[in-house]
Amino acid sequence: MFAFTVKRIMQAVLVMLIISFIGFAIKHNFGDPVRELVGERITPEERAQIRDQLGLNDPFVIQYGRFLKNAVHGDLGRSYFFKKPALDVIVRKAPATLELVMTSSLLIVLLSIPLGIYAAIKPKRLFSRLVMGGSIIGVSMPVFLTAILMIYLFSVELGWLPSFGRGETITLFGVWETGLLTWDGLKHLFMPSIALSSIMLPLFIRLIRSEMMEVLESEYVKYAWAKGIRPWRVWFVHAFKNTLLPVITVGGVQLGIMVAFTILTETVFNWQGMGSMFIESVERADTALMVAYLVFVGFIFVLVNTAVDLIYGLVNPQVRVAGRK
Amino acid sequence: MKFTSLKSAGKLSLTLLAIIVSAMLLAGCAGEEKKEPAKKAEATTPAKAPEKVVLKLAMDADPVSLDPHVQLSGGMLQFSHMVFDPLIRWTQDMKFEARLAEKWERIDDLTMRFHLRKGVKFHSGNELTAEDVVFTMERLKKSEDYKGLFEPFAGAKAVDDYTVDLVTKKPYGLVLNMATYIFPMDKKFYSGVDDKGKPKDAIIKTDYSYANTHESGTGPYTVTYREQGVKNVFTRFADYWDKDSGNVEEIVLTPISNDATRVAALLSGDVDFIMPVPPQDLNRVETTDGLQLVTMPGARIITLQMNGKRNPALANAKVRNAIVYAVDNVGIVSKIMKGFATPAAQQGPKGFVSYVPELQPRYDLEKAKKLMKEAGYENGFECTMISPNNRYVNDEKIAEAFVSMVSKIGIKVSLKTMPKAQYWDQFDAKVADIQLIGWHPDTEDSANYTEFLLMCPNKETGYGQYNSGEYCNPKVDELTIASQTETDPAKRAAILQEVEKILFEEAAFVPLHWQNLSWGSKGNMNTKDVVNAMNFPYFGDLVVK
Repeated sequence: MFAFTVKRIMQAVLVMLIISFIGFAIKHNFGDPVRELVGERITPEERAQIRDQLGLNDPFVIQYGRFLKNAVHGDLGRSYFFKKPALDVIVRKAPATLELVMTSSLLIVLLSIPLGIYAAIKPKRLFSRLVMGGSIIGVSMPVFLTAILMIYLFSVELGWLPSFGRGETITLFGVWETGLLTWDGLKHLFMPSIALSSIMLPLFIRLIRSEMMEVLESEYVKYAWAKGIRPWRVWFVHAFKNTLLPVITVGGVQLGIMVAFTILTETVFNWQGMGSMFIESVERADTALMVAYLVFVGFIFVLVNTAVDLIYGLVNPQVRVAGRK
Repeated sequence: MKFTSLKSAGKLSLTLLAIIVSAMLLAGCAGEEKKEPAKKAEATTPAKAPEKVVLKLAMDADPVSLDPHVQLSGGMLQFSHMVFDPLIRWTQDMKFEARLAEKWERIDDLTMRFHLRKGVKFHSGNELTAEDVVFTMERLKKSEDYKGLFEPFAGAKAVDDYTVDLVTKKPYGLVLNMATYIFPMDKKFYSGVDDKGKPKDAIIKTDYSYANTHESGTGPYTVTYREQGVKNVFTRFADYWDKDSGNVEEIVLTPISNDATRVAALLSGDVDFIMPVPPQDLNRVETTDGLQLVTMPGARIITLQMNGKRNPALANAKVRNAIVYAVDNVGIVSKIMKGFATPAAQQGPKGFVSYVPELQPRYDLEKAKKLMKEAGYENGFECTMISPNNRYVNDEKIAEAFVSMVSKIGIKVSLKTMPKAQYWDQFDAKVADIQLIGWHPDTEDSANYTEFLLMCPNKETGYGQYNSGEYCNPKVDELTIASQTETDPAKRAAILQEVEKILFEEAAFVPLHWQNLSWGSKGNMNTKDVVNAMNFPYFGDLVVK
């Protein structure tokens, strides 16, 4: 187990190195952040001077080395725009994104399971067909289009929901700014979370439905029917339990994709989270913040994946054997 | 079996799509009837009449700092007009209006005297004196962004507490233009060291500084809350000297960079005032009851520079003229800009002293072909071009239109577009024969266009810094330099008009259009009185009925 753990952690470090290298390489070829910091009157010489002060004129290897050295100490550089350590900026924006992702995940779980099961059990019913048809639209509509249409319908035409921002927030424990505890905050959360789940929800409905239909065809379910077990028990205890495994596996991967989709959702709703912060840092050529975001998000993924692998290894020693080959 | 179910699902989804689309259309019609936003606007104001007047404002960006000298940009000047207050300022018809300086007079060729208003208080409670103006001038000359603009000045001298002289090194015709950039800062407030031991007057772009996070101006608003990039709250300054100004007690500024979101915020009544309104939504804002749209021609010109050093064909004035004749910039304005721009044939727009009414857009394809033939390029030639795709309104589409227009006279352009983050390095490196650039003169004077865009590039003097076409005409340089020291407005105007005529004849650049400016707001405020061609609305004067 010890050897496996060490190996897994080494792998994680390697992945982080690669992520940081790619991020840094993008930064290096992205353009000149000084352009966004100065007016038009500054001469090229003065710009070069500012770049010098910021250490942007050093060779790639030196800049990257400096970045790694600082990163080990938890310093991911300074955001030029915010004039603050990049990590501080990201951590401050993280609650907004996490709340959005959590709410959307919750929506997906609560809706996709009953809808998917229903569509599998009664595939011919009108409601099932409606759900399946709707899910095709959901999958094929880009998130930003869904979001804009929602804003125009519910904010502009009907005036039911606020069109942008997080609304009233409360600060918890001095660090976590939450919109979940105020009515205004919840109203603001409504549309973004639906928009964000609009891609994943149909996907999960379809996944659960097809998995479930397959399981319902299997021998042991037929046997269960033959034994005369009540339908709901067959569906939920015998069949659904086995449907869940692949769904959870896929779900883990999709969670990552969802974080990526927050970039679009947050931009359209002016939701002040990490996603909109990232896209704005790209527009402002705030390259230090850009890299910090990539490394930060990469770190979280690697951390979660490593932890999951280690737990798997603990629970199921076969994984370790397979890992060794 | 599976195939058919898929097919039926497809049909069903089509039906659903049709339902959704028709619902959207219906919703669109409802909007045309102008109901919702108007109702909302009425519902919120009278019900809470005795409450304070709050303006919810959404702009595409927010000020990058609380220090007005940290960056010379539109966003920072908008901020300066709210929190600080200039010596004098521009009126809508481009004249000067007294603010902190009550009156001014020319003492001699080098000196302009300003008489300051008495009893003006800073937000800190200190009183404004001539010393503050001197302090501000010294700070301006230290600021990386402003020192170029204030280079012609020797400095400011306090004559007494309420009189200050601005002294230039040589006679200078734009002293008053520059005085609109002098927003006095509180000398006592910004002197000494802060609790981190750093000097309070330091101007720092990317790190902490006292001035980046603290302010004391004389302006109509103090900053009471600021979360950079998220929300800024400005509260009316109780001791503001100008009692005869607007009635907005609090401004909540939210930066919304996404165009559609910003417009939706206004249409839904979540904000009261937006700037800018994107061209595709101008009509929507204008026709919605309870909202008003204000537009105005701006001074930012979009041009193409043609590099004769890289491509010998472009060194030929006949070829350059042929290109200008081949470009239908009136068509670009009406088709691509949806009328939301003013076609240009010279650098400075109407209202600038340099403006020559005779110089008009000259689209004439036959003439263009004839000129190409005369120049010996009957069969055309090939050239390269670059353009940004997210810097100016519709920049990429404009560049594409240009390419197809000149293809009619046989010029084959290979165009490359890129985001602004990458564009300017390429622009400076002059990587292509034709390069696009927009320019708004920070002096509000047309000599500035020529100095930066068309004078012979010279590293020492800094002239022609953005002249990627490397157009170089000693006569133009001579005239432009002469205009700088000319203090007689009529003579100055004559010189600058001559420059415009030369540039026009030689087709020194391809003039496209001046971008228009736009503001959208609720109908119950005097929006059109507070906006101007520089795009810094005087929110201190905004009256909400």
